[in-house]
Amino acid sequence: MRNEMTLVRTQKLFKYFNVSGGLLDQLSVQNGRLKRQVDLVKALNGIDLSVHSGEVLCLVGESGCGKTTVGRTIMGLLPPSSGEISYRGERIDHLSRSRLLPYRQKMQMIFQNSYASLNPRKTVSATLLEPVRFHNPRHSTAELKEKVKEVMESVGIDPKWGARYSHEISGGQRQRISIARALMVDPEFIVADEPISALDVSIQAQILNLLGDAREQRGLTYLFITHDLSVVEHFGTRVAVMYLGRICEVGKTSEIFGAPRHPYTQALLSAIPKLGKQKSPHIRMRGEVPTAIDLPSGCVFHNRCAHAKEICKTDVPELKNESSEAQVACHGIEHSWF
Amino acid sequence: MTEQVLLVRRNIWHRVQNSAMYYSFVHNRTAMVSAAIVFTYVLLAVLAPLIAPYNPWDLTQFDIMDSEIPPIGSVEADSRFMLGTDAMGRDMLSAMLYGTGISILIGVFATCLQLVLGVSIGLIAGYFGGRLDSFLMRVADIQLSFTTLMVAIVVLALFQATVGLRLYEEFAIVAIVLVIGLAEWPQYARTVRACVLAAKKQEYVDAARVIGLHPFTIIYRHILPNTFSPLLVISTVQVANAIITEASLSFLGLGMPVTKPSLGSLIQNGFHYVFSGSWWITTLPAITLVILIVAINLLGDWLRDVLNPKIYN
Repeated sequence: MRNEMTLVRTQKLFKYFNVSGGLLDQLSVQNGRLKRQVDLVKALNGIDLSVHSGEVLCLVGESGCGKTTVGRTIMGLLPPSSGEISYRGERIDHLSRSRLLPYRQKMQMIFQNSYASLNPRKTVSATLLEPVRFHNPRHSTAELKEKVKEVMESVGIDPKWGARYSHEISGGQRQRISIARALMVDPEFIVADEPISALDVSIQAQILNLLGDAREQRGLTYLFITHDLSVVEHFGTRVAVMYLGRICEVGKTSEIFGAPRHPYTQALLSAIPKLGKQKSPHIRMRGEVPTAIDLPSGCVFHNRCAHAKEICKTDVPELKNESSEAQVACHGIEHSWF
Repeated sequence: MTEQVLLVRRNIWHRVQNSAMYYSFVHNRTAMVSAAIVFTYVLLAVLAPLIAPYNPWDLTQFDIMDSEIPPIGSVEADSRFMLGTDAMGRDMLSAMLYGTGISILIGVFATCLQLVLGVSIGLIAGYFGGRLDSFLMRVADIQLSFTTLMVAIVVLALFQATVGLRLYEEFAIVAIVLVIGLAEWPQYARTVRACVLAAKKQEYVDAARVIGLHPFTIIYRHILPNTFSPLLVISTVQVANAIITEASLSFLGLGMPVTKPSLGSLIQNGFHYVFSGSWWITTLPAITLVILIVAINLLGDWLRDVLNPKIYN
C-alpha cells in the first residue's frame, strides 16, 4: 500500500532573476529623461507542485523552462521571490541557515555535472565524511568511517578508493560518489538535477538502477529533473511537465504517456522517436519559445498553441483536477472546446 | 605508530615525486638554477651571524683606519676584508650577509601581511557579493591609484619626523613592513575575488550549502584551497616587489638606517663614493640585489607556467 502523504509542496512559487546589472547599467536616457529600467528573467511563474512520499516525480520540459530553478529553490540554494515551500507541512522557505539544519538532513541533492560537484582538492573519503561529521559531531571518527565504508559499498564503490581524488576517477564512478554524499546523512527526499544527462548511455542505466535500488532500500522520494523522456517513462511514478516557468500538466506516468491532454504535452511527447510503428504524427509547433524576460500574457503557451482562443491571451489558466491523479492547466480543456 | 608516520611521509614524498610540478622542475634548468640561487641566499642570510667575519651592527668593531679598502684582486686589498670595506671601515661581506637577511625578512613579512589582508578581503568580497563586494573593490581601486612608493614615502617621512631619528632606527623594519604590506593588498584581493567568483559557481559549493555548512566553513574548506595556485605565483612576485620597494625607499633615505643596513641602504650608503673611485661599496650590494630579484622572478615565471594548464611550452 502506498502512502499518499505530501512530503514537499510548493505553492505559488515565483522566482525572478535580475539581469540588468548594477544601478548605472539600469539607467538610460529616453526622450531626454533619465529612466531606470530593470530587466527580470521570470524563471518561475507560480509553480504549484506536490511531491508525495515514496514516489518519483519527474519534472520535464525543454531547456530554459525553469526545471533546475525549481529544484534549487526547493533546496534553498535560491531564495524564492514569492510563494511558499513546505516540508511535511512545515514552511521552510523563510528559515535561517541554522533552523534549516534539521531539514538539510532530510533533503539532499544530486547534481548534473559530476566533475564540478566534487571538490578537486578533496579525497573521496574526505568528501563523504564532511556531511555526516557535520550533522553528527558527537560520533567518533571510527563510527563515521564505518558509515562511509557502508555507504560506499552500497553505491558500488570499493572503500579502498577513499584515498583517491575526484579527477582520478571516471565519470560514472564520480556520479556514484555524488549519490553517496547525498545518502550519507540518510535523507528522505532527494532532488536529482539531471543526474544522468552528462553520462554515456551504458553508465546511465547503471546509475538509474542504483538510484532505483537506493529508493527501494531506503524508502526515498525523488524529484527527478530531466529532459530525457524515455527515462521518465521507465523511472517515474508521476510526471510534471513544465513550460516557461509554469506547470502545464501533472499526472501518473502511464496516464500522461498514454493520453496527454495539454497541447504542449502532446507536442512534447510526439517528439519522442519511436521504432517501427508510426502511431502518432509529429506535432509541429509554430514559432519559438518566447524569452522569459518578456513573458506572453495569459497562458504562456498561447502564441504557439494550435487551439488558442481570445481567453488564452488574457487569463492565466490554473491547474485543475482532470481526474483523481491528473491536473491540467489549459482553458481549452477546462471549457472542453477540443 | 612510527611505521604509520613513516608510511605517510613516504607517501607524501612519493606524491611529490610523481607530480607534474616536480617533473617540470627537474626538467627546467632555469627553474632549478633560480631556486638554487634563492635557496642559497636564504641559507646565507639565516646563517649570517655564524658565517659573517664581523658583526656589521656593532659600531665598536669598525676601525676608521680600515675605511675604503677595495675587494681582493686589487693592489691595496686586505686579506681580512674579502669584499673590501665601506667609508666607516665596515666589512662589506658581513654587511651584505646581514643586509640580505633584512631585505628578505622585509620582503617575506610584507608579503605575508598583504596575503592575510588581501585574501580575507578577497574571499569575503567574492563570496558575499553585492554591495559589500562593490564597496571593498572600490576601496581596492582607490588604494591601487596611489602608487606604493608614494604612500610609503609620505607615511615613512611623517613617521620619521614625528618619532625622531633614534626611535625610527629602532622601529624602521616594522614601519616598512606595515607600509608595504598595507599598500599592496589589492593585488591579492582582486585575484582571490576572481578565483572565488569562479569557484562559487561550481556545484561542489552548492553541495556544501545543501549539507548546511556555515558560509565561513565553505569559504575556508572549499573555496580557499582552490585559490592556492594563483596565490603562490603572486606571492613570489610580491616578495621581489617588496624587496625592491624597500631598496628604493632606503635609497631615498626612508628605508633601513645605515646602522642596520639592508641591501638598499648599502647601495645608498656607497653611492656617494662611486665617483671617488670606491665603486665596490655600491656595486657589490647592487649586484647581490639584482641577482636575488631576477632569481625570484624567474622562479615566479616558472610557477605561473606550471600552474597554468593552458600554457605548455
